[in-house]
Amino acid sequence: MGITFRKETFRDDFTFRNSPEHIRRFPFPFHEDSYMYAVNIEPHVVGPKGSVLENLIDVDEHYVAEMQDRALVLAEDPLRCQSLPHMTLAGWDLLELLMEQQALGYPEHFTLTRDGDRWRWINRPLGIDDTFTFGDTSTLPYGPMEYITRQSQGDFCILDQRDGNLWMDAGMVTTQADWSLDFDIGMNFFEWHAPVPLAHEKGIFVRALKFLTNIQQGKPARRLNWTMTINPRLDTSPENYHKWGPDRTTVTPENVGDKVHLRVELQSFWRLPRSNGIVFPIRCYLIKMDELVTQPKWARRLHRVIRDLPEELANYKGLTRYRSTLVEWLSKLDDGSPTSPGFGPD
Amino acid sequence: MSAGTTKLDVVVSDVVPVNDLVTRFHFRRRDGELLPTFSGGAHVVVEMRDGERTRLNPYSLMGSPLDTREYTISVRRDDVGRGGSLFMHRSVKPGLEMVISYPVNLFSLDLRAKKHLMLAGGIGITPFMAQTAQLAGEGGNFELHYTCRTASLGTYADVLRERYGRRVRLYHDDREERIELDRMLSSQPLGTHLYVCGPAGMINWVRDRAAALGWPPETVHYEHFAAPQPGLPFDVTLAVSGKTIRVGEQQSLLEAIEAAGVDPPYLCRGGVCGQCETNVISCDGKFIHNDHWLSEEDHRSGRKIMPCVSRFEGRSLVLER
Repeated sequence: MGITFRKETFRDDFTFRNSPEHIRRFPFPFHEDSYMYAVNIEPHVVGPKGSVLENLIDVDEHYVAEMQDRALVLAEDPLRCQSLPHMTLAGWDLLELLMEQQALGYPEHFTLTRDGDRWRWINRPLGIDDTFTFGDTSTLPYGPMEYITRQSQGDFCILDQRDGNLWMDAGMVTTQADWSLDFDIGMNFFEWHAPVPLAHEKGIFVRALKFLTNIQQGKPARRLNWTMTINPRLDTSPENYHKWGPDRTTVTPENVGDKVHLRVELQSFWRLPRSNGIVFPIRCYLIKMDELVTQPKWARRLHRVIRDLPEELANYKGLTRYRSTLVEWLSKLDDGSPTSPGFGPD
Repeated sequence: MSAGTTKLDVVVSDVVPVNDLVTRFHFRRRDGELLPTFSGGAHVVVEMRDGERTRLNPYSLMGSPLDTREYTISVRRDDVGRGGSLFMHRSVKPGLEMVISYPVNLFSLDLRAKKHLMLAGGIGITPFMAQTAQLAGEGGNFELHYTCRTASLGTYADVLRERYGRRVRLYHDDREERIELDRMLSSQPLGTHLYVCGPAGMINWVRDRAAALGWPPETVHYEHFAAPQPGLPFDVTLAVSGKTIRVGEQQSLLEAIEAAGVDPPYLCRGGVCGQCETNVISCDGKFIHNDHWLSEEDHRSGRKIMPCVSRFEGRSLVLER
């Protein structure tokens, strides 16, 4: 029994919704009633059945709609996908990783057959059946990274490792929380993190880089990050700020539940075998407040987190304009009773 | 979280003497599956169970990264070392089941390079075997300069000449053939990256000349695994785990810590990756630092040690382990 893929949109009429099963598997990012940065990195190992960690590369009911939205973004702005010339080998590494993981986790939807360097890839949800020569770019309709990331949920940054640093030298970025691959391409780890407040003072990036440059093959790691988005819009890029920025002024006490979305990124980190690069998939999950508060524990906890968030973080995450409206709305769902430890719903 | 690597259960599929000093070992997975893909310059750590002792030594993978049916390493016999290479030469036979780590690459090609200029000395040729195979498969531009003592000790020189012809240049010490380093470094096209692997003296010479001739440091790559040196036995107190241990003459401090049931993280076991860096709580004596990780200032401070390769002589040493 496979996944039933939803027909939905992430723009214009915004018909994106989560089914009840997908609400329960949402990767709620707060394990306690407050939030501050930490180097919250853990081994990326398979988690419980029915969670987003059931497979290391997660495919869900939004897969087909997300891939259609990505194609629309790329048609308008091809620079969302870039790969510097030395990153082609890493692109093949990524193609292998994503084909293997998707075929392993979802055999009813994806099949990979390898005969030496002659590979056949069947992607049933998108109606693709291609045979190609691994390592020979001329046998695919796009470069290897673009080919496979047009068929994989989430953004992907491929980082070259050299001189004790990581360099943003390739990526497919169409579902981002207000950052731009075109702006960051070629930058190193410290350069592209420069705008993040508070974390530099805590020495977080120095430690995080040391950890990431030591990620070993066969031992991926992960962390969760979060922000909020008005309307279920995947493409909240700086390039399109004029389309989504003004949405933040439209939140009213009446429409909070429908418009305000918690946006969680499941970020993972993998060593790539041939290129010795690192791939950094950033998988975006959206849930509207009306859906989230169907889990009373999450409603209480989110109220406390947003209410007590330090000002700098609220600004950085772009919550300032509607924060008080949201806190007021959530407060009605918080009776003050304790929340159980851990991320999951009760 | 420990930065150790995943282990691979392998069987020795072949043992091939290459010359008087060097023997090649082939490994396959015991379950018959393919081994993990790797990149040129990667090494594996081989676990050697020698009676009561376990040694863990790093060796560069020298096969083609395009063929993962087997891994190959070449081991140079060191008659005055701590016994790891002797164990490999004397006791490792086809059919022996062994455990090795996943590949780790601390000597990676810079794929931006317009040209890869490689300098090898002696057994330092092994990472270049894999790197040249990788580059040749992709049509990469490389040139390899290889110095060895005599033609008969020029491990794989014949194979490399056969594969790559004029892209490989050999230098024999007994014929007084020398690399004309300054001339070579001064006449490279823009965008060339330099790689050197060999004895410490050679690495230092190449790095110094490259710096003097204006090569940017990020274009000069080197791999220098220091093998742990034997030395006088010494006692160490591990403050965190509450143990006092003795480091034997032929044992590294890291091995002694592991033998006591404490598992610090490690990757290279050769003093370059930084994983096993350990804080010194107190000491009365002198350190023998053999690593390439800590700064000179760290060495002078007496507050840090790399237990994989460095030793201690004196009355007492307390470590934060």
